[in-house]
Amino acid sequence: MANGENKNAVAGQEASSGSQASPQQGFVYLPLIAGWLVPGAGHFLLRKWGRGALLTVSILAMFVLGLAMQGKLYGNPHDILESLCMAGDLGNGLLYIVSRILGLGADQVQVTTADWGARFIVVAGLLNVIAAVDAHNLRTGRKS
Amino acid sequence: MTHFTAVLLFAFFASIVFGITQRETPRRMVHYGIYCFVLFVGSAIALSWIMFLIAR
Repeated sequence: MANGENKNAVAGQEASSGSQASPQQGFVYLPLIAGWLVPGAGHFLLRKWGRGALLTVSILAMFVLGLAMQGKLYGNPHDILESLCMAGDLGNGLLYIVSRILGLGADQVQVTTADWGARFIVVAGLLNVIAAVDAHNLRTGRKS
Repeated sequence: MTHFTAVLLFAFFASIVFGITQRETPRRMVHYGIYCFVLFVGSAIALSWIMFLIAR
């Protein structure tokens, strides 16, 4: 009798989780990849509009401010420190790729704000990676 | 742009992302975001004073 009740309970849970999971079918890593390529896109895919908008604005603002301060986009690293900075820059996804194609942040500018700008761009990339992983956690149900 | 303005902007945007990604409910996100902002700005001011006093 108890076994029968347990089975019913499990079946009920599966049915309820199945109904919740129905809009989340598809490629599990899509929010992660979309979130990396376009800041906030992973959250938009999961219909977290408010969180996505705030993440987009924050990361985009940091990236644009970095470029406005004449910050450098790391492209050809010459040492380990530059390699790490480039890894951070790559976290910006399409923003980094498009900016590199347009030739933005390519000049070596010897002003104080340029150094801050380079840091802004690197941190924007790192924050974007955190946001993309958060979207993945939402997708897998690790976070609500 | 002054160095302090850059600190404020950095702290503001980073705190928003930290708040959203590190907490689950909106209320806790706001609290954690404010907490991170205060820590960012507070530690920048404290470290600046320490460096100023060391340099004297």
